Amino acid sequence: MNNSTEIRGQGSEIRTVGPHGSGIFLKAFLGLFLRDLRVLTREFLPFLLRVGMQPLLFLFVFTFILPRMGGANPMGGGMSGGVDFGTIILPGLMAVAIMFSGIAAVALPLSAEFGITREIDDRVMCPLPLWAVALEKVCFSAMQSIIAALLVIPMAYYIPAVPVRANVDNWFLLALVLVLASLLAGSLGLVIGSTVNPKQIGLVFSILVVPITFLGCVYYPWAGLVKHIPWLSIAVLFNPIVYMSEGLRASVTPSIEHMHWAAILVALVFFTCALGSWGLRGFLGRVLS
Amino acid sequence: MNPLIVEIEALTKIYESKLRVVAVNGIDLELRQGEIFGLLGPNGAGKTTTISIATTRALPTSGTVRIAGIDVVKHPAHARRHIGVVPQFNTLDRSLSVYENLYFHCRYFGFSHAQAKARALELLAQFLLTERKDVYPAQLSGGLAQRVQIARAIAHRPTVLFLDEPSAGLDPQSRMAMWSAVEGLRKEGITVLLTTHYMEEADSLSDRLAIIDYGKVLALGSPEELKATYGAHTLFDLKLKSLDGLEPVVATLKARPDVTSAEATADGLRVIAASSDGLLPDIVQAASRFGLRDLKIVEPSLETVFIQLTGRDLRE
Repeated sequence: MNNSTEIRGQGSEIRTVGPHGSGIFLKAFLGLFLRDLRVLTREFLPFLLRVGMQPLLFLFVFTFILPRMGGANPMGGGMSGGVDFGTIILPGLMAVAIMFSGIAAVALPLSAEFGITREIDDRVMCPLPLWAVALEKVCFSAMQSIIAALLVIPMAYYIPAVPVRANVDNWFLLALVLVLASLLAGSLGLVIGSTVNPKQIGLVFSILVVPITFLGCVYYPWAGLVKHIPWLSIAVLFNPIVYMSEGLRASVTPSIEHMHWAAILVALVFFTCALGSWGLRGFLGRVLS
Repeated sequence: MNPLIVEIEALTKIYESKLRVVAVNGIDLELRQGEIFGLLGPNGAGKTTTISIATTRALPTSGTVRIAGIDVVKHPAHARRHIGVVPQFNTLDRSLSVYENLYFHCRYFGFSHAQAKARALELLAQFLLTERKDVYPAQLSGGLAQRVQIARAIAHRPTVLFLDEPSAGLDPQSRMAMWSAVEGLRKEGITVLLTTHYMEEADSLSDRLAIIDYGKVLALGSPEELKATYGAHTLFDLKLKSLDGLEPVVATLKARPDVTSAEATADGLRVIAASSDGLLPDIVQAASRFGLRDLKIVEPSLETVFIQLTGRDLRE
């Protein structure tokens, strides 16, 4: 009995001296982040496999197997003035890693949590404005995206038959592009997770994610499109992945012709804001009736 | 007098879609600190919508709800610090163990690591869950999951706890355990608002209750008051083979001084009477001509109160 009154004493202390105003918001945000971190660390190996398998296989097939088969590589030299394919796709694969992990980290869990279990309810009931609950999801996925993108770099050093020519002149630009691209991927995940019916999430991958990847200047630089297929170079400007790949190209392999960095940053910010507010509207619509 | 914890004023909620649904139609309620208050009504009466609005998960069409003086529409994030919710379905975080569900819930509410850990362990002990602290929610039975949900809902020491159909889907034993858990909260001074369509639950748990139907409060008071005001009646529900020529019988029964009401139902006859002395033989005799198939007698209870107020059975 004595024990319980003592505990209650602690409780009222928490209430009276506890954080108020934005202090509690920050702590609640941190709590959500820690929760996601706990779940991620428990599934760290599956996480690494999920984000690493695709770039690993891609690099292995296109930059290790095919070059060894001699002329069998249709995309080998000849492109962009004899630059090897590994150098061209390194930034592209980083962009794909960012996008896939962004979607996997936001869209898949959200659509499950919005689904039959409504697990999201407890997090929606924490003392945070709802937009901040959505923002936490996007930020956490951005962190995963950055890890996924950085994971591609060592692979690109060790796997290709011809060494990749990466050189980062501007670390600040790289950091900025990584963060913006990752937030953009998380926002896209938020849009998908909060607007797509859980049953159709698989379909979204085939009709949305795969096309924007293949048409996202991942496997070829945008400058190549401008030169050879001008109409397509205009059409792909609506695809946010283009700016992710080109942004990474500008910062990781600047020797390859790329878009101007200012245009890239403006586009990344624009798409992040547009998709973010669309996703947030969807999120609010799902949690608030 | 204890301070007001929940103030619901002229609350309405209209869902405008293809079909216009008035889910809540002008509800006023006030809950004082420490009371256990029941919202009793059939499915679709507006109970869950009312709770959803009060717990910031739905927006009202008009009217206000204040929790501990905080307007839930204007300041939802602040209001949530005073609110604990046990939803109708199991919404435990499937990716976290039982202990982690409690621990992270505390972190969401600004507890430090040490505070959250202590509180989670304390709750595990209080709700007899210590042995299952590392189990994942998917492995819990319905009754246990409900206990974890109640523990989680009060973990941040809310001022008011909302329980939405807490015994839906529970076996009788788990239901009793859940009731005693709610009774236990009374000692902690938490105000409780629970919705239910189980008469016994409303009767045995609530200090006061409101009977609602079609989004409106039909009656409000302690279970005893309600029974005394509306329910000192016995109800006879008869199922008949044939309904032809029943009107004169209904009229004759109505005319009796001890009968409050008599009416034909879809498959028989319903008589509500202040006293059952001597009435039963007469009813049976009158009904026998129509082929009496079944007769149900409901003694004065919240159920008779409810049927008298709404004209329908709770379990319909």
